[in-house]
Amino acid sequence: MNLLISSTMQRRSAMALAFFVAVMLVLPLFAGNYVVSMLVVVLFSAYVGQAWNLMMGYAGQLSLGHALYVGLGAYISGALFVHYGLPPWIGMLAGMAAAGLAGVVIAALSFRFGVTGVYFALLTIAFAEFTRIAFNHFAWVGGSSGLYLPVVTLTRDDIVHLRGSPTMFYYVLLALTLAALALSHLLLGRRVGFYWRAIREDQEAAQAAGIDVFRYKVAAVALSATMTAIAGALMAFYDNNLYPDTAFGISRSIDIITAPIIGGLGTLFGPILGAFVLTMLSETMTSLSANLGVNGLKQWIYGATLLVIVMLQPAGLWPWLKTLLRLDEGKL
Amino acid sequence: MLTFVNIVVAGLLTGCVYGLMALGLSVIFGVIRIINFAHGAMMVVAMYFVLVANQKFGLDPLVAMPLIAAALFLAGYALQRGVINRYIARPEHEQFLLLLAVSIILTSSTLIAFGPDARSVHVDYAYDSYEIGGVLVDKVRALAALGAISGVAALWAFFRFTRTGKSIRACADNHVGAEVVGLNVKQLYAMTFGIGATCVGASGALLLLLVDVQPYIADDYTLLAFIIVIIGGLGSMPGALLGGLLVGVSEAVSGFVIMPSLKSMFSFGLLIIVLLVRPQGLLGRHV
Repeated sequence: MNLLISSTMQRRSAMALAFFVAVMLVLPLFAGNYVVSMLVVVLFSAYVGQAWNLMMGYAGQLSLGHALYVGLGAYISGALFVHYGLPPWIGMLAGMAAAGLAGVVIAALSFRFGVTGVYFALLTIAFAEFTRIAFNHFAWVGGSSGLYLPVVTLTRDDIVHLRGSPTMFYYVLLALTLAALALSHLLLGRRVGFYWRAIREDQEAAQAAGIDVFRYKVAAVALSATMTAIAGALMAFYDNNLYPDTAFGISRSIDIITAPIIGGLGTLFGPILGAFVLTMLSETMTSLSANLGVNGLKQWIYGATLLVIVMLQPAGLWPWLKTLLRLDEGKL
Repeated sequence: MLTFVNIVVAGLLTGCVYGLMALGLSVIFGVIRIINFAHGAMMVVAMYFVLVANQKFGLDPLVAMPLIAAALFLAGYALQRGVINRYIARPEHEQFLLLLAVSIILTSSTLIAFGPDARSVHVDYAYDSYEIGGVLVDKVRALAALGAISGVAALWAFFRFTRTGKSIRACADNHVGAEVVGLNVKQLYAMTFGIGATCVGASGALLLLLVDVQPYIADDYTLLAFIIVIIGGLGSMPGALLGGLLVGVSEAVSGFVIMPSLKSMFSFGLLIIVLLVRPQGLLGRHV
């Protein structure tokens, strides 16, 4: 009987996922430019949230400095393009390598020296802030006045050179988000996923059970950092201008982690849901406070909404919505 | 050489105020085990109240200091009692989100009320200075440091000699033990958060003598408080003071020798080194 219920639920969740993908695929056909560019922000946040969720939601390592990896991905691919004309996808690989390496160094240093928990989280902020200030004084990338990528107006989208309309970036980011969803799902079912969750629940017990805790924690940070750098590179070619304060700043790090926490930490679909909810909220508030002409109203309502969610649904919105929609426990 | 001594002295004096601010964070973490991500935002709110008191009623920030400290005690007490107490045993990321929300609400409230521009107080003695053995000391800085030191002394006496202070220390040492002997832990936690907020309020009033206030500085001061308490040792009172002095001097010297915009990079560098070499902080006992 239980088996029967669980298989109908699995079918329901597979159908829900297929429905979501179908809607997302056709959405740009009906939506205007404004909506598409908003959805680009949603997908950026969803994808980075998933990358962060791998490290925090599954392996239990709290990073409050994820802007570091966005910034490295963005600045390295951007600067290589500006200075040497290196194609975006190759620059992206360089950015991924640098961010992955930064992740390994930070994680290895911290975990080797026994820096964990709150102290690890504060250390990640310190590295991000250190890099932000350093880039503000780094003339090769324009310092605090920013790095500008030359813009060419094209009649059609050029995905090889990452030049084109918001719709093109929308589909690239949609592909990345779905790939990240698939990767998370795949890793969770494998040895590494079980090891991560064991470490998250009780590191000492995991160690006692013979898991190489150090190696798996470093691997989680490295994977998360590398994935995050991809989004950074896309951001560089989408925005065409980069500033250290916005690329590496603490407010970006906070933005990155609020979506997956609001959506539901350690769930597959939570980061996506959280990204939708928070971006929509933020956009609505921006237009509302522009109409009313009140400085700070947007942030106030945003903060109040966060407060309401964390008080009513501290485990996030997805676990609550999932029960409401009667979807399978394990699948999404 | 004398210029250099001037700079170091100025850094030490500013460091005293930093120390008092960080002490609030350290006390809250040491007892309640919660990281107050709204620390800078609370200070900015206090600074604006002092600013208004100065501009509307001509109140000197030094006179306003005890008043704002008392007001923030009540606010901190209410916040802990009403909201934060429920999150004590919850996962860190939920506590983080809660205090982040509080921080955003406070910062944006100051933005709504006062706008984004930098504002400052005007006191008659703003440009006075003392000369002690050839070393020039700004009067505002000296008074701010004096205010901070008296705040720290009062706090030390409170924890050392009063019954409530001792009870709070008992909670920090052994939560279960404190409950077993019949202490009202929830009440004491609310007191503790109130005391942390008092430190923030007092240091905000003093800092307003030295810097401009604007809503966006909240995050910078939250980070500054983190740096200081980690360097000194989270939960250690003398550690917070030592960290404050170190960061004050490091900011002043690197701002002078290299360039002002690089000063916080040195503080973060100092933090990274301390975390890696001595994660419990210079005067911390254990991680």
